[in-house]
Amino acid sequence: METLEQIKARIEKLLPLTRLDILPNECPAGERSLLVEAGRGVEVGTLLRDDAQLRLDYCSNVTGVDWPESVIKTKVKKKVLVEGVEKEVEEIIETLRSGHLEVVYHLYSMELKHGPVVLRLRTENRADLTHLPSLTPVWRSAEFQEREVYDLYGVIFDGHPDLRRILMWDGFVGYPMRKDYMAPDDFEYEPTPHDEVLELAKKHYPPEVKA
Amino acid sequence: MIEEGLKSELQKQGVYVTTLEDLYNWGRANSVWPLTFGLACCAIEMMAASMARFDLARFGAEVFRPSPRQADLMIVAGTVTKKMAPLVVRLYNQMPEPKYVIAMGACAISGGPFKQGYNVLKGIDRYLPVDVAIPGCPPRPEALIHAIMTLQEKILNQKLTGPDRPRHLNADVPGEFPVPAYGEHDLEPPNNPGIWQPPASPR
Repeated sequence: METLEQIKARIEKLLPLTRLDILPNECPAGERSLLVEAGRGVEVGTLLRDDAQLRLDYCSNVTGVDWPESVIKTKVKKKVLVEGVEKEVEEIIETLRSGHLEVVYHLYSMELKHGPVVLRLRTENRADLTHLPSLTPVWRSAEFQEREVYDLYGVIFDGHPDLRRILMWDGFVGYPMRKDYMAPDDFEYEPTPHDEVLELAKKHYPPEVKA
Repeated sequence: MIEEGLKSELQKQGVYVTTLEDLYNWGRANSVWPLTFGLACCAIEMMAASMARFDLARFGAEVFRPSPRQADLMIVAGTVTKKMAPLVVRLYNQMPEPKYVIAMGACAISGGPFKQGYNVLKGIDRYLPVDVAIPGCPPRPEALIHAIMTLQEKILNQKLTGPDRPRHLNADVPGEFPVPAYGEHDLEPPNNPGIWQPPASPR
């Protein structure tokens, strides 16, 4: 299979896109992915599926990622002149990362037996601009998994044939896989609580103060 | 009513005497038909228990019925999600009396590893009267067989008359339980206070 750079170059040759990035991956597998601008998702998908050299005709997996707003701290080494002597000083730079929801598609080719190519689409933010184009018209297998992403993360897929909740019931409020989802506190006694459950246990059964 | 001592004495002499109660209970205990109803991995163990290696047929409980109308026993085999719980209660309501419930595995008893999650019921005993609970994750088929034997023992010891007679012989005790509705985050009501109360503080 072509490298991600070659795929990227070919997409850019055929489609005028404002944004098409290769996202690095720092984990040992190092599986990099293509970040496509949200509005052109269907065009890029169709291109990847129909291109004679790629033929990515099988979408094996669709999943969501929630990226809340957060402060990223990066250490930077700087050379500073202190009393005429040059010294190396570590500086921590804080950058604010805006929050967004991300949908990840894993694409394979059954015909040419290669893959995966990882495709990512991002929403504008997590609150009101959570629309993304549905890739179900391109890969039928995405239908239920996009419903699941809608159900648990709240991404609204435009052009999806039947966008309803799939795991939770209709009438459920909230998107439970989001990082800030708070389930109602219905803690019950547990004999061996730990971590977050331990905090809840302390709250509900405060330790007795010994006189 | 025949005395136990006289009964065993007569049996030693080759005369078999029994009571209607014993006969009735013996018949019921040895023909418990479970509902074909699996919710998660415990159902795999339930299937194994009913197949040749473990042979649930030895206890008269191999006739898994696909319809609640023909079943006597509901084996709640697996994780009961909040979405599934109303359907479990409805299936139970559709079963004819006498009917029994076995809660199989950690999830059916208490929610198990998913207890503190947002989508799993913390035990089916919130909505249904559980007769036998089997711990384990999942319990081995032997444990399920033991649960059926425990249930048989329970059936054999039931009195057909008097105040503690079983529910199906007491017209005043209802055999159906309210089906919970889906709420915004949880089921409404979150439990049936008539059969379940939250545990008291451990201290």
